[in-house]
Amino acid sequence: MIRIPRQLRGDICAEGEAAYPDECCGIMLGTVDAEGSRSVTELQPMRNARESGERYHRFRIEADDILRAERSAAGNGLEIVGFYHSHPDNPAAPSDYDREHALPWYAYVIVEVTQSRARRIRCWQLAGDRSRFLRERMHTLERE
Amino acid sequence: MAVTLLIPSALRSFTDRQATVRVEANTVGEALAALTDSYPDIRRHLYDDDNALRPFVNLYLGETNIKTTGGTATPLKDGDEVTLVPSIAGGRRMRGFALDACRPASAPSVAGGTGGRP
Repeated sequence: MIRIPRQLRGDICAEGEAAYPDECCGIMLGTVDAEGSRSVTELQPMRNARESGERYHRFRIEADDILRAERSAAGNGLEIVGFYHSHPDNPAAPSDYDREHALPWYAYVIVEVTQSRARRIRCWQLAGDRSRFLRERMHTLERE
Repeated sequence: MAVTLLIPSALRSFTDRQATVRVEANTVGEALAALTDSYPDIRRHLYDDDNALRPFVNLYLGETNIKTTGGTATPLKDGDEVTLVPSIAGGRRMRGFALDACRPASAPSVAGGTGGRP
């Protein structure tokens, strides 16, 4: 399970709408409790590093940006707990391409944006054997 | 050489939640081999079925991404730190695309819909 404040959940949707028809992407920073549950406390919107003609169906966050975010987060007692991106005019479900480029443990939040409007938001986690994504429950917190 | 590998949070479940792993190695490749020898379950996430480092796995020696320079052949010296950093990529399914088109001819229909902000 991953906990996320309603405000941040809405921010992901708004970012997906703003990026439409391209894909948005970003990093979710937060904390991990003793039971392994993750809480998102901060979003870091990221530049989609794919070529402009590919951004309508692909995104990439460069390793340099991730390293910078990880170091910055560690200084504030946070860590990268997952990533988010949008699927313009496609379901909020991972593609094979998502699976091939994913790591376990991270939460992958996907927002479906249909005709400029965010429709659904779902969270996924890669199975340990890399064979598939598993749906992960998002617990929305009313207050941060 | 005694070197330290810095493990990203996603892979710490394979290293007993350790953020750093110290190994003896003369090259980055040897350091990764020592890591996967100690924690075999991490291997499938670093290497593909052809034993090639997965494209999204980047290796930093200090501040330098060595993936496209020396790569795993990069020599190490005592006290070096190698950071494993994923680059994250993804994207939607290709359904709804005509075979000869770069863009969908029309937006795929979406069943259901909440009608409101998710």
